[in-house]
Amino acid sequence: MASQEVKLLGFWVSPFSIRVEWALKLKGVDYEYIEEDIFNKSSRLLELNPVHKKVPVLVHDGKVMAESFILLEYIDETWKQDPLLLPQDPYERSKARFWARVAEEKLLEYSFTAMCTHGEKKEQALKSAVEAAEKIEEEMKRNNKKFLGGESIGYLDLAMGWIAYWLPVWEEVGSMQIVDPSQFPATTAWSKRFLDHPVIKQNLPPRDKMLVYFHERRKILGGLV
Amino acid sequence: MADDDQVILLDFWASVFGMRVRIALAEKEIKYESREEDLFGKKSDLLLKMNPVYKKIPVLIHNGKPVCESLIIVQYIDEVWKDRSPLMPSDPYERAQARFWADFIDKKMYLPSRRIRTTKGEEQEAAKKELFEIFKILEEELGDKPYFQGEAFGFVDISLITFSSWFHTFETFGNFSLEVEFPKIIAWTKRCMERESVAKSLPDPKKIWTFSVERRRELGLD
Repeated sequence: MASQEVKLLGFWVSPFSIRVEWALKLKGVDYEYIEEDIFNKSSRLLELNPVHKKVPVLVHDGKVMAESFILLEYIDETWKQDPLLLPQDPYERSKARFWARVAEEKLLEYSFTAMCTHGEKKEQALKSAVEAAEKIEEEMKRNNKKFLGGESIGYLDLAMGWIAYWLPVWEEVGSMQIVDPSQFPATTAWSKRFLDHPVIKQNLPPRDKMLVYFHERRKILGGLV
Repeated sequence: MADDDQVILLDFWASVFGMRVRIALAEKEIKYESREEDLFGKKSDLLLKMNPVYKKIPVLIHNGKPVCESLIIVQYIDEVWKDRSPLMPSDPYERAQARFWADFIDKKMYLPSRRIRTTKGEEQEAAKKELFEIFKILEEELGDKPYFQGEAFGFVDISLITFSSWFHTFETFGNFSLEVEFPKIIAWTKRCMERESVAKSLPDPKKIWTFSVERRRELGLD
C-alpha cells in the first residue's frame, strides 16, 4: 500500500485551516502541518492554490485540494472511520451544508466587519450579525443533542466551531457583543461543550496571541473596510 | 424513488440559480411542479416560509421539506435519486475538485456578471475585466475535455451552463465576443445545449436581453 502522505498548509490563527486540523485529528489521521505566512505567501502556496492563493490546502498522496468545507467532506469520504462527520440522510446533509453556509456568509462576515469598522458601518454590520446569530440560535435550540452532529462532533460543529472561540475574541477586540449568553443560551451551551472536547481543547490558538493579532488587523483594515 | 413523491420548485424564469435545479431535475427525469415567484413584486408566503433565512429562489420542496441554495439542492437531488444519471464523480478527490470548481463559479461569476449590465463607464469596464479573468481561468481548467469533469456531463457543467443564457447580454453590454476570446467555453456551451435537459431548462437569450434592457431602464441607466 502506498504511503498515505497527508500535508496541510495552514495559518496558526485561521479558523478555516484549524477546522480542517480538527477533522484530521478527530479521525486520527497523521499529517504534516506546514505553516504559511499569509502576508508573505510562499511560492509553494501560490503553486498549490493558484486560483485563490489561500490556506488551507490539503495534499493527500500528491493530490491537491482547497476550500475548508470541501476538505471536510473529502476527509469524511476518504477516512470512513468514526466520527462520521456528514449526516447519512441526504436531507440532513443538505441542512448541515446550508447552515454551514449561513454561519460563514452571514455571521462570520458581519461579525468580522463589525469588529473592523466604527460608526454607522459598525452598527449595520452588528445588527446583521445579531440577526444571523438569532437564526443560528433557533437551530441550536431545535437540536437537542450534545453536538450538532449528534453524540459526536460533526461537519456542522466543525464549520461553526469558530463561533465558540474566535467570536468572543472579535467581540473583545471590537468592543461589541453579538452572542450575549442570556439571549443565546443554546449557542452558549453548545460552545462550552464544543470547547470542552479533548481534541478541540488541545487544538486552539493561544488567546493572548489572538487578541494581539486581531487588534492589529482591526487597525489595518479599519482604514480600508 | 416512490411515484407519489411530491416535488415543488420555487423558481424565477431568468434566474441562473433556478436553472441549475431545472437541469438537475431533468437529468434525473423527476416530475415536479414549478411555481414562478414574482421577485420584483411580492414574494409568496410559501417562499418566505420555506426560506426564511435568505428569502430567495430556488427552493426545492420535497414532500413538504425545503432545500435551499442551488448547489446544495443539486447535490441533494443527486444523492436522493442516486439510481440514475450521476452528477457527481464517485472518487473522493474528483468530487473535491468538482465541488471546488462549482464553488469557484458560484462565488465569482454572479457579481461581475450583474455589474456589467447594471452599471456604466468605469464601473462597467472593471466588471468586464473581472469577468474576463474568470472566463480565462475556466477556459484553462476546461482545456480540451468535453466537459469540466471529463467525459461525463455533471455538477460543474450545471453550475456554469446556466450563465450561457446571459452570454449574449454580457457580450452586448461589454462589447466583446465570447467566441473570439474564449472559444473552448463556447464550444463546451454548444455541446451542453445538445442535451435535452439543458436545452429545455434555459430561457431564450433574446428574452434575457429584453429583460436586462428593461431592468436597466428601471434603474435609470439609459
